[in-house]
Amino acid sequence: MTVKEFADRFGLKPLSLPEPDREVQGGYCGDLLSWVMGRAGADAVWITIMSNVNTVAVASLSDVSCVVLAEGVTLEDGLIRTAEEKGVNVLTSDKPAFTLASEFGGAV
Amino acid sequence: MSRFYYDFHMHSCLSPCAENDMTPHNIAGMGSLAGLDVMALTDHNSCKNCPAFFEAAPVYGVIPVAGMELTTAEDIHVVCLFETLESALAFDEAVDQRRMKVPNNVRIFGDQLILNGSDEEIGTEAYYLPAAADITVDDAPAFAARYGGVAYPAHVDRESNGVIAALGTFPDTPGYLNAEFYDQTKREGYMELYPILREKRILVSSDAHRLTAIRDKSVWFDLPDGAESPEEIRAALFNVLRSEKGGRDTTA
Repeated sequence: MTVKEFADRFGLKPLSLPEPDREVQGGYCGDLLSWVMGRAGADAVWITIMSNVNTVAVASLSDVSCVVLAEGVTLEDGLIRTAEEKGVNVLTSDKPAFTLASEFGGAV
Repeated sequence: MSRFYYDFHMHSCLSPCAENDMTPHNIAGMGSLAGLDVMALTDHNSCKNCPAFFEAAPVYGVIPVAGMELTTAEDIHVVCLFETLESALAFDEAVDQRRMKVPNNVRIFGDQLILNGSDEEIGTEAYYLPAAADITVDDAPAFAARYGGVAYPAHVDRESNGVIAALGTFPDTPGYLNAEFYDQTKREGYMELYPILREKRILVSSDAHRLTAIRDKSVWFDLPDGAESPEEIRAALFNVLRSEKGGRDTTA
């Protein structure tokens, strides 16, 4: 499944979608970026509520397929541009992380 | 130059996690015994015991600085210091509007006591103070600066609520000038891992939550001679804190 298909299927709103055709594979939940680095696998869907500029940096570093911001968290405009420039897909949803992970389970 | 021994990170009985005998008089008295010249009171998301601390500190010959340990939206702890008590209280009011209002469960978290200048209880804070405020780690310095304050990440060498643990590194933005270490001996190791810290003025403080955690004098800053009154010394200190770290850092 591609990120675009994934976003459509689960009703996630794209904030930055520079690489819609990337494949999603597996997932990771976490907000402390020092933990996420080295734990979120390549191509994973990363669910978090952390929306600092380093979220984009860590997503890029970990090569996740997309970031899903839970609980209605969004990126400020400057950060959306940064994500687009760095090729980081960022989606958002009003649902909490647990609900999202339950829904994604089995699908990615 | 004149040398001032400092500790800029202390919690009073207003912080639920601090012991109730962390009263303004006890803190200043203990600081004086420890040889400290300047002490900042930095309760979680509140400056409401700073007025009492400003009354107590001079009794023991300690120069007080009004402060707060702000919990940012990312759960990162940021020390905010103010040149005057009045500006700290204005900042306190602004943060109050942006705090997450979770009622404090005294049995679980502890008391949040507001005292007067004689260490008498004059009130309690109803909402759990350490809960995150709706102010990001990027916005904190500008927010504090509106009140003449200086903000910098607290205990960057600690896993819990430290900026490096939360963000994975010491962030480039918003260009913090200072950074706090809890453990002096970890400085070099962190500098190796995060070279950006070499550009920051490093302040070492105890984050004391109980009287015995207030450390004997060990770290200082040097200020040009001429500052005599507490106001002048605070003004000279804030001149340092607001400036880029110089080639010759005058703190140690």
